[in-house]
Amino acid sequence: MVTQETIDAERARLGLDRPLGVQFADWMVGLVTLDLGKSMWTDRPVTEEIGLRLELTMQVAIMATIFAVLIAIPLGTISALFKDTWVDYAVRLITIAGLAVPSFWLGMIIILALLYWFNWLPPITYTPIYVDPVANISQLIWPALAVGYRYSAVVARMVRSSIVEVMKEDYIRTARAKGVFEKLVVARHAMRNALLPAITVIGLEFAFLIGGLVVTEQVFNLNGLGKLFVQAVSRNDFTLIQAIVMLIAVVFIVTNLIVDLLYALFDPRIRLGGK
Amino acid sequence: MNQNHLSFGRRQFLQTTALAAATAGLGLYDASPASAQAAPKRGGNFTFAISAETPHYDAHGSDTFATLHFGAPFYSTLLQFNLADYPKVKGDLAASWDVAADLMTYTFKLTPNVTFHDGTALTSADVKATYDRMRNPPTGVVSTRQATFIDIDAIETPDPLTVVFKMKNPNPAMLEHFASPWNWIYAAKDLAANPNGPRTAINGTGPFRFGEHVRGSHITGARNDKYFRQGRPYLDGFRGVFMTQPAAMMNALQGGQVLAEFRGISPAERDRLVQVMGDRVRIEESSWTLNLMVVFNTEKKPFDDVRVRRALHLAIDRRAGAQGLARTATLRDAGGLIRPGSPFAMKDEDLLKVPGFGRDIAAARNEARRLLREAGVPNLTFVLHNRNLAQPYTPAGIFLVDQWRQIGVNVEHRQSETSPYLAGMSSGNFDVAVDFSNLFMDEPSLALAKYLSFNKAPENRSRAIDAEMDRLYAAQSRERDFQKRFDLIRQFEKRALDQAYQVPLLWWHRIVPTHRTVMGWQMSPSHNLGQDLADVWLNT
Repeated sequence: MVTQETIDAERARLGLDRPLGVQFADWMVGLVTLDLGKSMWTDRPVTEEIGLRLELTMQVAIMATIFAVLIAIPLGTISALFKDTWVDYAVRLITIAGLAVPSFWLGMIIILALLYWFNWLPPITYTPIYVDPVANISQLIWPALAVGYRYSAVVARMVRSSIVEVMKEDYIRTARAKGVFEKLVVARHAMRNALLPAITVIGLEFAFLIGGLVVTEQVFNLNGLGKLFVQAVSRNDFTLIQAIVMLIAVVFIVTNLIVDLLYALFDPRIRLGGK
Repeated sequence: MNQNHLSFGRRQFLQTTALAAATAGLGLYDASPASAQAAPKRGGNFTFAISAETPHYDAHGSDTFATLHFGAPFYSTLLQFNLADYPKVKGDLAASWDVAADLMTYTFKLTPNVTFHDGTALTSADVKATYDRMRNPPTGVVSTRQATFIDIDAIETPDPLTVVFKMKNPNPAMLEHFASPWNWIYAAKDLAANPNGPRTAINGTGPFRFGEHVRGSHITGARNDKYFRQGRPYLDGFRGVFMTQPAAMMNALQGGQVLAEFRGISPAERDRLVQVMGDRVRIEESSWTLNLMVVFNTEKKPFDDVRVRRALHLAIDRRAGAQGLARTATLRDAGGLIRPGSPFAMKDEDLLKVPGFGRDIAAARNEARRLLREAGVPNLTFVLHNRNLAQPYTPAGIFLVDQWRQIGVNVEHRQSETSPYLAGMSSGNFDVAVDFSNLFMDEPSLALAKYLSFNKAPENRSRAIDAEMDRLYAAQSRERDFQKRFDLIRQFEKRALDQAYQVPLLWWHRIVPTHRTVMGWQMSPSHNLGQDLADVWLNT
């Protein structure tokens, strides 16, 4: 059995014998200087452990976001403009399927399809994009597609409902009454206003992807942040857990800040509200 | 090597272990094994899957294949098993050796001009420092090899290329213990600088130099151009990819991202690969010197009570389990402490009479319920600590939960990754656990060492102290008459199963898939052997 002396020595080594306030202040200083201590399991700096995985996770999140935006905005707009027609029904079918199908399941289907039809699989170890762009993209495009499909479904439905609402507004009727071309009405008047709630959803979904890709990472054997988070929890690696939680919190805060700034960019009423 | 000095005991040992190898039943789905003779080609990078990531780099303190498959290519041992003629041994760092007739002295001559990867020359001092660390680890160093080398009295180094082991007691299997794949030779200067250094740094004399270890992803090695065996290794390098998800690993094997998995896959996975890949995949099979066990933490209540342990032992229907699990898991045979079919194993007709191994499971479970009532825990509840490897830990854990449920015991099945699983086992932070006895040959002293008292064998996860078992162990290890030794082993086995500190569940069955292009690798009944990759080449 472990003796009390050993426990006391270990508490002293970890700094757990100091007052809570001192420990917290120490940790906050470390946070500012990016010194979050060492992993209790690997005994390596936490920043090193996270840095190793963050690059991959960020890239998948960014690629999935690009994919989602490129798909969701046109689909959502078309669906709204052709509301209650077969086009709308088809788009809604695609988006509801996107919400219903788990990303990891889609990932498995993608892998099996690649194997079945092409007898090919994406690389299983990560190569940074600046080392070998082809290897990098050919590995990460598939998880980005799997995750991006669900992501695009969420955004497309938001875009559709926003445009449907905006198209009923007085300023749209006014624009049409002035004889503005329909394409211009949609592009300049409707879209600009309808995108605001969609931007919020895009931001939240992006932040979710940092740390939320646990199962998809397993399917594609990706060495990402989600996997690290699960490993840290299963190993009771508290220094690593709190660093990842803080990172995810920071990502949410920064994403929300960017979303707020984009609001001002898209909507002059917000930008000029204070004047 | 002076074979004339071999004693009767050692000859008999070799005969019995050779018979054991024959009964291992090496089998192939393919007519051309990976070891088939052909002119080897140099070059190429070999990628293979490792289904767990090692918690550290030190084989002396490890019991998991994850450490060996990760690090064996970087290290050498004194001797190694000759897998073409298993279980005979051959030299690795040792160019020749001499065994005294009374088995009390082993003299090894080292291969000259061997260097560590950092350029340091290997000498007998490195061998001595390595074996001293294993048999008598400094404070803070974990060695799970202590019991194995308990019979070594002193190690002498008369010159830089000669190392002499003096024994306290004769041990017929000592030469095979010197061939253990866990005995990586470390540099004496590294150990002097930091006795725990090998846990985090790699400096060996093996065929490959350490490249990089990206945690959670892979390990790489590059050819050691100064490797002491002429012309080896054939490969330019290797990459071991950590793949803990069986589905991802199967896909990678099928798609050619990885060319082998050396630990073993399940029968269902084998069938899938054969069906899909046809003659592009080679499947080799063998019985396995690996036993899955159930271990009770005797330092925790109520598992300090032999009635509780026996009840849980009796409730397991191993016969039915062997039939059912053999279809889906890498488990096959019900057996005692020694691998079924090997010379010192209990015969099946005798095993049927042993409580917990018979066919009348209803009677055994009635007895189990009675014992639990008598112990005052008729509604026992506990957590089963298990490893999160799909094969065979997950199906075995589910099987156990079901077996114990049938005597009214409520079990929470909690699975952890390899590192926290092993940490829980070694620290005693569990109630009941699924454990494993990971052997590399059918030698009773090796197989039974795990059952020695905890103060003699830290790998005894039950943490039990039992002087009677220690006495029987010592007696059998020194007994050179086969029948007398066989009888002593039966006594040891009876004591072990009566006390039920830790009990066998089922013995494993090994199925290894390799791509047709992988050559030079040799199948064996142990996944610990032959992993230095020195002879592996790619026929592309």
